[in-house]
Amino acid sequence: MTLFLLSVMVFLGGQVLPGNVGRAILGPFADQRAVDALNHTLGVDRPLLTQYWSWISNFVQGDMGTSYIFRSPVAPFVIDALGNSMKLAAVAFVLVVPIGILGGVIAALNLNRPLDRIISLGGLSVTVLPEFVTGIILILIFGVWLRWLPISAAWPKDAGFLTQLYYLILPALPLFLVLFGYIARMARSGMIEALDSDYTRTAVLKGLPWRTVIWRHVLRNALLPTITVIATQTGYLIGGLVVIETLFRYQGIGSLIFTAARGKDFPMLESGILTIGIVYAVATLVADFLYSVLNPRIRLGSDQ
Amino acid sequence: MSAVQTPSPAQDDTRRRGPLAEVLFSLLRSRTFLVGIAIVLFWVVCALFGEHFVPYDPLADDIINALAPPSREHWFGTDQIGRDVFSRVIVGSRDILTVAPLATLLATVAGTALGLLTGYFRGLVDDVVSRILEAFMAIPVVIVALLAIVALGTSKTTVIVVIGLSFAPIIARTVRSAVLAERELDYVAAAQLRHENALHTMFVEILPNVIPPILVETTVRLGYAIFAVATLSFMGFGIQPPSPDWGLSISSNYGMIGGGFWWTVLFDALAIASLVIGVNLAADGVHGAFND
Repeated sequence: MTLFLLSVMVFLGGQVLPGNVGRAILGPFADQRAVDALNHTLGVDRPLLTQYWSWISNFVQGDMGTSYIFRSPVAPFVIDALGNSMKLAAVAFVLVVPIGILGGVIAALNLNRPLDRIISLGGLSVTVLPEFVTGIILILIFGVWLRWLPISAAWPKDAGFLTQLYYLILPALPLFLVLFGYIARMARSGMIEALDSDYTRTAVLKGLPWRTVIWRHVLRNALLPTITVIATQTGYLIGGLVVIETLFRYQGIGSLIFTAARGKDFPMLESGILTIGIVYAVATLVADFLYSVLNPRIRLGSDQ
Repeated sequence: MSAVQTPSPAQDDTRRRGPLAEVLFSLLRSRTFLVGIAIVLFWVVCALFGEHFVPYDPLADDIINALAPPSREHWFGTDQIGRDVFSRVIVGSRDILTVAPLATLLATVAGTALGLLTGYFRGLVDDVVSRILEAFMAIPVVIVALLAIVALGTSKTTVIVVIGLSFAPIIARTVRSAVLAERELDYVAAAQLRHENALHTMFVEILPNVIPPILVETTVRLGYAIFAVATLSFMGFGIQPPSPDWGLSISSNYGMIGGGFWWTVLFDALAIASLVIGVNLAADGVHGAFND
């Protein structure tokens, strides 16, 4: 449903482009006949419904159309960019999930003590800052003053895994900071609730060691809501990628969409956004699945 | 407003004023709120009167002194065409402090109306509208903005409409859940028995009772709106040159930070950071005051 609406919106958004596509490509001084001919070749002079249908049915079959600007198929660009973005997102996620959860758990175990205050307030402050602001400040500190990390994410050709990782740390950090606050906050409130529950009290009263109580009884219940939050953050993450990739001049799906939007490269723009929609839908699905695996109470199907 | 002339009994009024005073009182005792509102007020004053006390004209260039590091003459240095960064940072609060609140206002009005409708009617209206709103919420604001700006062209109005409409569903969701609880109460049943029409029941009877969650949500949204406006102007959408807007200044200067010209972007970044944190602290205070 979301995907369908998104595709219609994307399509209409592209259709109400000011001026027509042929004119936009050939410029204001081009011959009207040339513009009409180009419009006909691109197929943008057909009725809207026909265009939408041919576009969406081709997309489902993996044909994303031809870029207006590069005059070559869109699909390789989108796939490359998606791969790059995934690398960046993966670095951010691998850093933030364990550290965020750990932060939240530590805060909850030190409830209302200074350590909790620092983690909660610090997390809240960095979460609300726009990525490009933290990005700029981090670039200044680590890239310009300390010169520890490169200020652009464009690694040299044939760079190995570790070199790529080295170039990706700085761009991943702003995403890390925004996500850290959310994840730590969810983990913290989940922990507080679980620590306060009857089953925790029972476990403590029946004489289980504190460590076992935390690992077996508290953590498992506390982290369930956190998993949902992590999955819903993919939507945010994509918005963040557009900004970060622009700031660090990284060839990802975000900067692809941004460039396509600026250049009015309609097929590129549509395919990019629809791809993001699909990624988002898949992430939500995976989260639902994980949730049911971890929470036996809502496990579906006929278990015995 | 017609809300004032409603036949609401006098005791209803006193019952409402009591808690309101209490909320104000606890706001003024909340350190978080006071710190937050102080920061916000500082920037509001800068936006309104900054022009009159800054040392230089924020738009006047001075090529000979371009890219001068911070000094006694130029506290925050000068940018690539010699404009005084300090003056630009002070006056740069103006655009963001117009666009973000207007966007939030639009989101609140639209979201409240949608939330009242879906919460009050439930059933088919609720199902259809809620599904559409959910679909909208799944799309990141930046993407919606990109599409809208491609389609409509870039202007402050586009940014206000885009942010307003993308935040409306979130406010609608909050209002809806508050309305769902309210509509079971006796005063709503009384209004329905009096054969008040649905609009009257929604906007005159229910609306005053769901103001607290709306206020909290609005202050929280204002923080996000500033986040979004700053991001969009950094991306080159909405606020246009030569405005000394913070996001815009960063986007036109960050290409040179590799050369060590940190003062052209650092102060703008810190200004955005302080405003966003200020609004969020204030929002946190408002949230606390209504939920104690």
